Amino acid sequence: MPIDLPTIWAGIIAFAVLAYVILDGFDLGVGILFPLFPHRRDRDIITNSIAPVWDGNETWLVLGGGGLMAVFPVVYATVLPALYMPIIAMLLGLIFRGVAFEFRHRTQRGSVWWDVGFWAGSTVAGFTQGIALGALVQGIDVADRSYVGGWWDWLTPFSLLTGLAVVVGYGLLGATWINLKTSGELQAHARRIAMFAGAGTLVLIGVVSLWTPFVRGIYFERWFGWPTAFFSAFVPALLGVCALGLWHGLITDKHLQPFLAALGLFVLSFVGLGISFYPYIVPGALTIAEAAAPDSSLQFLLVGAVILIPTILAYTGYAYWVFRGKIDPEEGYH
Amino acid sequence: MTFGMTAEILARIQFAFTVSFHFIFPAFSIGTASFLAVLNGLWLWKRDPAYLKLFEYWKTIFAVTFGMGVVSGIVMSYQFGTNWSVFSDRAGAVIGPLMGYEVLTAFFLEAGFLGIALFGRRRVGDTLHMVAVAMVAIGTLVSATWITSANSWMHTPAGYGIDANGIFYPEDWWAIIFNPSFPYRLTHTVLAAFLTTAFAVGAVGAWHLLKDSTNRQARIMFSMAMWMAAIVTPMQILVGDMHGLNTLEHQPAKIAAMEGHYESHEDGAPLILFGIPDDEAEETKYAIEIPKLGSLILTHEWDGAIEGLKAFPKEDRPPALIPFFTFRIMVGLGLLMLGMGMWSLWARYHKTLYTNRWLLRAALPMGGSGFVAVLAGWYTTEVGRQPYTVYGLLRTADSLSPVAAPAVGASLLAFVIVYFLVFGAGVFYLFRLFRRPPLEIEDMELEKGPTRAAGLVPGPAQEETLGGPNAH
Repeated sequence: MPIDLPTIWAGIIAFAVLAYVILDGFDLGVGILFPLFPHRRDRDIITNSIAPVWDGNETWLVLGGGGLMAVFPVVYATVLPALYMPIIAMLLGLIFRGVAFEFRHRTQRGSVWWDVGFWAGSTVAGFTQGIALGALVQGIDVADRSYVGGWWDWLTPFSLLTGLAVVVGYGLLGATWINLKTSGELQAHARRIAMFAGAGTLVLIGVVSLWTPFVRGIYFERWFGWPTAFFSAFVPALLGVCALGLWHGLITDKHLQPFLAALGLFVLSFVGLGISFYPYIVPGALTIAEAAAPDSSLQFLLVGAVILIPTILAYTGYAYWVFRGKIDPEEGYH
Repeated sequence: MTFGMTAEILARIQFAFTVSFHFIFPAFSIGTASFLAVLNGLWLWKRDPAYLKLFEYWKTIFAVTFGMGVVSGIVMSYQFGTNWSVFSDRAGAVIGPLMGYEVLTAFFLEAGFLGIALFGRRRVGDTLHMVAVAMVAIGTLVSATWITSANSWMHTPAGYGIDANGIFYPEDWWAIIFNPSFPYRLTHTVLAAFLTTAFAVGAVGAWHLLKDSTNRQARIMFSMAMWMAAIVTPMQILVGDMHGLNTLEHQPAKIAAMEGHYESHEDGAPLILFGIPDDEAEETKYAIEIPKLGSLILTHEWDGAIEGLKAFPKEDRPPALIPFFTFRIMVGLGLLMLGMGMWSLWARYHKTLYTNRWLLRAALPMGGSGFVAVLAGWYTTEVGRQPYTVYGLLRTADSLSPVAAPAVGASLLAFVIVYFLVFGAGVFYLFRLFRRPPLEIEDMELEKGPTRAAGLVPGPAQEETLGGPNAH
């Protein structure tokens, strides 16, 4: 594995996407679970728990997209047309989700409609992100730097399954986040939801994992061929550890442990994907090396990324630190 | 769902529609973020509760606007790939990093500190809260800088090479970022954002002064807005003129379209005040002209030569009708803004700034003038860049994704429905916030610092009626 500019950038983009998935994942999860929290007071508390941070979480998605255009333009230019409809649906979902934070407080009569918008937007965004993932795993048809596949290629049983898996997984992240940030009856309710969502997530990870090696031959090679099997065996083993941590944390009523374990499930699934994809950035179509922009583009943006991404992580961490702890329902800081 | 149009036209309409909706929010939030930073600074410096009340008042409005700007902006960051994939593939290595820097230096800064700026005053204390508010304001300005640089490069490309596949590659980043039109466009855009906010704030202040001319908060906001209008409008007209000269140098066809000139004039072009440019007939019909004035404005000489559209091959000309009219709308509004600013100075001198009802009434319709002017200017420059996405180098027709018209038409329809629904509701809620008198915070609360972020607290939602004193 060469350590050159394109590989470094593939790592940075992968990091941005992972940061997006785990951070906005719990925001979207809170929205996905909205119908399970019918009381307005509870809804206010759980939206208040993510209100100060959701915008920063969503910015990782912009970095993923903008970064792709800058350092892997041909990937950006082929994957987005290939995923045209799911991407548009995701964007529309994110619009409803984003404005609902403010709008649900601006009206009494219309408030329930913005709650519906918050739920539907979050769910559509999660589902389409999962579909995009499944479609990418299947691979897309590229010829002469353009997408040459059909309009509905992204729609397969496999991509619908990955869509469902991501929705349930986000629901787990959301439930463990609520479990972390609330207390009393609300927390107990979130803990019960997390148990179901956790079981569902593990089952779906299992089904997707069993199916994936049969989607493309190269994955089978990676997973069961030597020497790569040595590395890919670590992933399920660590997944088991996280699953145990989740289960143990939930039955012993821990606050932070289930959330961290749920994040672990996502990080490991993501690492598994990375192992399967490499050296391709678009499976079966484009390798990291051939999709990269000229070195001067990679260098120019890398200087900024090396300085700025740690800085961003520092002040984002500070913002999380400021709003740490349980949400006090009586405190009106938002 | 193609509405009888080609994929290219539908994609252009989709881009124009989504970017127009997006643009009005940052145009307002760039100015409002700076306004909030100034208000918070004044509160910390003078400890006058009026400034804190104003901060809290505009903070809520800013939060609503900013949220709409964020979600409409995410659409933009993906639209280059969905509808304009060839453009992204060819120009991505040059303008992609500029947008990448926008995310790294601005978006994260704004988003990271927004939570603390809106809800964290009591948790972090005055100093760090001020830092957070300042960071949000700086973030908006840095964001404007990068995105204007990327857009300017599309108008006046520099510092690039083109390889055998027609793909742009960077040669000199300094030349790319500081391309010829960038300094003018950036200044013009940022001043426009400040004016947009000033006239919106002025209208809100005027509305409350008409109801109660003694309201201290309304007086302060109206006074600040009118200072901004009086000082910045003349600056903006000067910068606009310089920007026009720069455009004449680099994009003469755009100027010809804006001015409605089809014929070239070697010895002084007239200024066409009004007419209907007709690209087919290659003439501006019903033209009302002032001899020589066009050259005087554009070349600063009576007999300066101006090229007409006929000097360019037909396939390289921008359509003249839209830039011709949008340019006149922008300039007309600019002159009205100038008049408003001067009138306010006159009223200030006569000590009637808060009581001159005609001035206050005139400020109300001017509240939206900045938004209209910003969009009109944007259409002028973007339509004037046609038929190119990268001026003179990459045609719009060659930039399109391999998309089928029905897909673009369907997504356009979805965007139109969702945008009108969502942002229509948003604007409705904003007006509801504007109608609240700026007296929200009880003095009791001021002693221990504000605890409530209006509308963002658990508790009863706002009443449907005009907000009472306890509405949040």
